[in-house]
Amino acid sequence: MRRILIMGAGSAIAEATAREFARRGDALFLVGRSAPRLEAMAQDLKVRGASAVAMGTLDAREIGQFPSLLDAATQALGGLDAALIAHGTLSDQAACQMSVDLMLDEININALSVMALCTLLANRFEAGGHGTIAVISSVAGDRGRQSNYVYGSAKAAVSTFTSGLRQRLSPKGVKVVTIKPGFVDTPMTAAFRKGFLWASSGSVGKAIARAMIRGTPVLYVPGFWRPIMWIIRSIPEFVFRRLKL
Amino acid sequence: MLPYGNGRSYGDTCLNDGGTLLLATGLDRYVSFDATTGVIECEAGVLFSDIIDLLLPRGWFLPVTPGTAFVTVGGAIANDVHGKNHHRAGTFAHHVLEFELQRSDGSVLRCSRTQNPEWFAATVGGLGLTGLIRSARIQLRPVPGGWIHGDSRRFGSLTDFFRLSDDSETDFEYTVAWVDCTAAGKRRGRGIFIRGNHASGPGVPAAQSRLRFPFTPPWSLVNPLTLKPFNELYYHRPAAEQLDGRWDWRSFFYPLDGVLAWNRMYGPRGFFQYQCVVPREGGEAAIDEMLQRIARSGSGSFLVVLKIFGSMPSLGMLSFPRPGVTLAIDFQDRGPRTLALLESLDDITRAMGGAVYPAKDARMSAEAFQRYFPAWEAFSGFVDPRFSSSFWRRVTGRPA
Repeated sequence: MRRILIMGAGSAIAEATAREFARRGDALFLVGRSAPRLEAMAQDLKVRGASAVAMGTLDAREIGQFPSLLDAATQALGGLDAALIAHGTLSDQAACQMSVDLMLDEININALSVMALCTLLANRFEAGGHGTIAVISSVAGDRGRQSNYVYGSAKAAVSTFTSGLRQRLSPKGVKVVTIKPGFVDTPMTAAFRKGFLWASSGSVGKAIARAMIRGTPVLYVPGFWRPIMWIIRSIPEFVFRRLKL
Repeated sequence: MLPYGNGRSYGDTCLNDGGTLLLATGLDRYVSFDATTGVIECEAGVLFSDIIDLLLPRGWFLPVTPGTAFVTVGGAIANDVHGKNHHRAGTFAHHVLEFELQRSDGSVLRCSRTQNPEWFAATVGGLGLTGLIRSARIQLRPVPGGWIHGDSRRFGSLTDFFRLSDDSETDFEYTVAWVDCTAAGKRRGRGIFIRGNHASGPGVPAAQSRLRFPFTPPWSLVNPLTLKPFNELYYHRPAAEQLDGRWDWRSFFYPLDGVLAWNRMYGPRGFFQYQCVVPREGGEAAIDEMLQRIARSGSGSFLVVLKIFGSMPSLGMLSFPRPGVTLAIDFQDRGPRTLALLESLDDITRAMGGAVYPAKDARMSAEAFQRYFPAWEAFSGFVDPRFSSSFWRRVTGRPA
């Protein structure tokens, strides 16, 4: 049994991952904005086999509350073995281009709050000599594209941050997992037309749970995104800037 | 609009041409499970296969299940599905303790046999037309393990089938028969009778690796050239006779679930399924006549099911199961020929006072439907004013 904190538990990918842990009998602490949603999830996860489910409501912008949140989670589960940081918003690129406030808010939610939480978790896990920090970044962070570079740069920050954190904590017995999903069919992407590149949140959740248990450093999910993003990163600027991606 | 579960209905009951579908598979949370009583409460989009994976290891199984586990709880209620244990357990609705029905005006009705009973009766078998089933409480049944123990034997005629069925009713929870629909003359009505009970075994079998039919071939692989030899082999294969048979739950209940997208074997035109029920009185002659017409047409397939329904009255206004004998056959779509054949089968069903299963249908006439389901007019008073389906418009002649 593992004791796992899930930040942004209301996200479809987080919920799918939580179900995998529940099936294995793990204990979960869910954090999200909507208490009724978390309660419905908690009931579900208990039926699925979770040994314990506790929860806390918080908006990711409330960074000052993170230490007490971690205390509450540690107390509720009797310790903490892993954390999945899954909260985020899919920025409206056009609106972010028109509003500095909105752009900063998106960066705050998708990058700064994640880095803050990672910092606190890293220090706690480092002191304890064990733990797994998994963070949902995105393939969008691998290269800035005009269609979503605000979201992409926030995710790039998260990918770079966790890469460094992984180096720092690796000798201390703490694993850091950077998760880079491609297109996933969730409420966050409800407005998109779905094609063959799209994955279900269920299959992505399974892969994330497996990667967290194994301590996979960087997970592209589904796996075909690794070569796709390698190609996209390899396109020279003089070509890339003419593309409509 | 119309709720859409996992889309396993064979025809247009789950379609709404030109309208909106409410994808209900996202309603996939459990609410509670009581390990002492076996009552599960879950949202309507939960799949049967998920319930089995979760609860069979704890000794519980679905009280009634159709031939695929890839159906939602909501779909099972809306089609009031039946299974190989109809003679014992009735239909799925007999095990539904309660459900929540969301109407388009925002109201939510809790329905059971005693609470809002008229809405319960309209919604079970109500083809999703009375509103969105949000969640349900289901009474599961305890089982000793993941195995079915029983036997399998060939029969040479429909008379033998009826005798075998009658002999098996009291001692076997599950009975079902396969019939060789290509057999003509003296061989007509031959088939294989399978019966069994839940049994314990060496642990619950692990999930098998699933095959997938990789693409749609340009022609149907099920055709007169392949059908006769296949049925001949299937009938005569040694495994058809098993005095001490043991099946794991997957191969007993859900053999087709082992091959995903199996429907592709019928080629780009696809197939129709025809499932009818006719009363026991005169039923043998009626089924015999149907088999004769099917064999003469050279159509049909190896997916043929023959089963005697029990006498337990169905609870839904539009529930399909009723006392009698039911025949289900897939037909490769060969255009007007196929439609004419199905129409001629309908003539027999109608003359017998039987019915055709809406969940399997894509072509029955409005006149036939209204004859099979005389409660349809009373039922239409329960249809949500904003709900409709392609099927409903077809069989009522009402515009969207």
